[in-house]
Amino acid sequence: MSAVIYLDNNATTKIDPNVLEAMLPYLTEYYGNPSSMHSFGGQVGKALKQARGQVAELLGAEESEVIFTSCGTEGNNTAIRAALAAQPDRKHLITTQVEHACVLNLFKQLEKQGYTVTYLSVDRKGQLDLIELEAAMTGNTALVSTMYANNETGTVFPVEQVGLIAKEYGATFHVDAVQVAGKLPLNLKTSSVDLMTISGHKLHAPKGVGALYVRRGFRFRPLLIGGHQERGRRAGTENVAGIVGLGKAAELAQIHLSDVAQEKKLRDRLEKGLLTISETEINGDRKNRLPNTTNIGFKYIEGEAILFCLNQYGICASSGSACTSGSLEPSHVLRAMGLPYTILHGSIRFSLSRYTTEAEVDRVLEVMPSIIERLRALSPFNNDQAEWLQDREEAVVGKF
Amino acid sequence: MWDYTEKVLELFYNPKNQGAIEATDAAGIAVVFGEVGSIACGDALRLHLKIEVDTDKILDARFQTFGCTSAIASSSALTEIIKGLTLDEALNISNRDIADYLGGLPEEKMHCSVMGQEALEAAIYKYRGIEVEAHEEDDGRLVCSCFGVSENRIRRVVIENNLTTVEQVTSYVKAGGGCSSCAAEIEDLIAAIQEEKDLTAIRVAAEIATAQAQNRPLTTVQKINLIQAVLQEVRPALLADGGDVELYDVNGDVVKVVLKGACGSCSSSLATLKNSIEARLREHVSSSLVVEAVS
Repeated sequence: MSAVIYLDNNATTKIDPNVLEAMLPYLTEYYGNPSSMHSFGGQVGKALKQARGQVAELLGAEESEVIFTSCGTEGNNTAIRAALAAQPDRKHLITTQVEHACVLNLFKQLEKQGYTVTYLSVDRKGQLDLIELEAAMTGNTALVSTMYANNETGTVFPVEQVGLIAKEYGATFHVDAVQVAGKLPLNLKTSSVDLMTISGHKLHAPKGVGALYVRRGFRFRPLLIGGHQERGRRAGTENVAGIVGLGKAAELAQIHLSDVAQEKKLRDRLEKGLLTISETEINGDRKNRLPNTTNIGFKYIEGEAILFCLNQYGICASSGSACTSGSLEPSHVLRAMGLPYTILHGSIRFSLSRYTTEAEVDRVLEVMPSIIERLRALSPFNNDQAEWLQDREEAVVGKF
Repeated sequence: MWDYTEKVLELFYNPKNQGAIEATDAAGIAVVFGEVGSIACGDALRLHLKIEVDTDKILDARFQTFGCTSAIASSSALTEIIKGLTLDEALNISNRDIADYLGGLPEEKMHCSVMGQEALEAAIYKYRGIEVEAHEEDDGRLVCSCFGVSENRIRRVVIENNLTTVEQVTSYVKAGGGCSSCAAEIEDLIAAIQEEKDLTAIRVAAEIATAQAQNRPLTTVQKINLIQAVLQEVRPALLADGGDVELYDVNGDVVKVVLKGACGSCSSSLATLKNSIEARLREHVSSSLVVEAVS
């Protein structure tokens, strides 16, 4: 296989060499426990403090507002549970249909425990309707939880406006910003967000570490009960090396925010080139979108097959097709957007990073047309049967 | 990433027999295609056959597939397997034969092999002028409404592949993979089939043990009981196909049965059916049994 062209950065990212370098001493010589009453452990505590400062800086928050977690899933679970505990009398929750599984599945479980959940719809671009949100809000609403940007399409939600509406009704506002940290500037000091989740491995830190922002003064209840780590808000001995890595990655992300324009330029180049292939469509809100993400539907062919063809060239991307999800249903995000099945199953997401080069983008543009052509030649479907397909799709769409 | 075999990848990257078969005016040659799946389901296969009318032989087989890596490889494998077979021989091909040809498929992908087997049936039935709708939905109640899967179809795949869990059924025919509200029903169905099978096994074992204990060959009554038990086990799969079997008489080692094939009066397909029942009876009851079909 040729050298890897990694365009799947919304799934996970490469650890920045500087991040690794910062971490290594905490996997070798500085193995002390930060809670210990000796300076050997104490110096590790200082490293945690520094990392907390670095993450706070990226979020535009205070150090005391940052809790380290193990991942985005833990952050989201903690935040949502904490919001319920903060206002135990309120039994209505609001989220969206396009959240990550770690949010959606938790809400489904909460429904079984007696909560009422409103799942806000999205339009064809994957965008929220604030009027629908406002109509759903009641005095019984404990929490509004939305993502900042969608992992599959990159569509960015108007979170500040969502937050203002949530506040109007006294509801807690949680934002899953896993895909946004390091890609868009954040400033929580002047924001309506109460709780915000981020994850290390999406911004060139290692897997197994994340952070949760908790607004100062928020009535927080921990998910994990145990020792006094994280000031009693997240028990368990700290993943010191991971946290140091997240701190360094946050610092670097802040610096690289100014390079995002370059990433966007490459994304646009990729997108423009791919759109010259016939019967392709961009999925998502092109005006409000992460600068690194493009989601393209190639009609009449199936995503996993495209990925396996790309894999031959060492190109890594992902797809919302049913076959790649491990389930039988295609992406819940693209379905919520009401995309036709002709596009759903053939959707491919490319997500770039600061390491992506123009040569890599051009390599994708070089091989993609023949891949699409080859698979379309195998397919029994094509544009000639558009009408017939429409009938078939409608017949099945009704079932879901 | 799916753990595909070398064979799957080989047939995906370099598929054999892709494309359609042009209709022909040549005497004695028929061209037909069968299709299953839809773009909504995420996979669809159109299987084209060129058939020599006199001999029922498949002269050529080609495929057009919308689907993932394993769907394309399964389709290509199917065409390789059936080329040169007669239609009756081809009807004996099961989804497992396709999966075996590929050196196995991940369980979640077994439905790709089922799709191949179903397209093959659809093409042959279409050629023989049998209503495909009547076959697909048959009398079976719809169990999974998300993917339109009937009870009989689930029964067939459970029996033929020895499936024991709902997840397996979902992997093979997708039933239960949508809203999953039918999961409990599928579970009950699997339990019922297992119970039927266990009962047959217990009965057969008991009869044989009795005969052995008495140190004498099976009596005709015992033999009939055993044969009935085995036929009961075969029936659900036949019913799923629109066919049936009934024991008519037993005379020594000759077992007379009334066969109703999926293809109605088509005599050659009944012969195939007869052979497979005979094999089953020989395996479970006595190796000297001979099946005769009576009408």
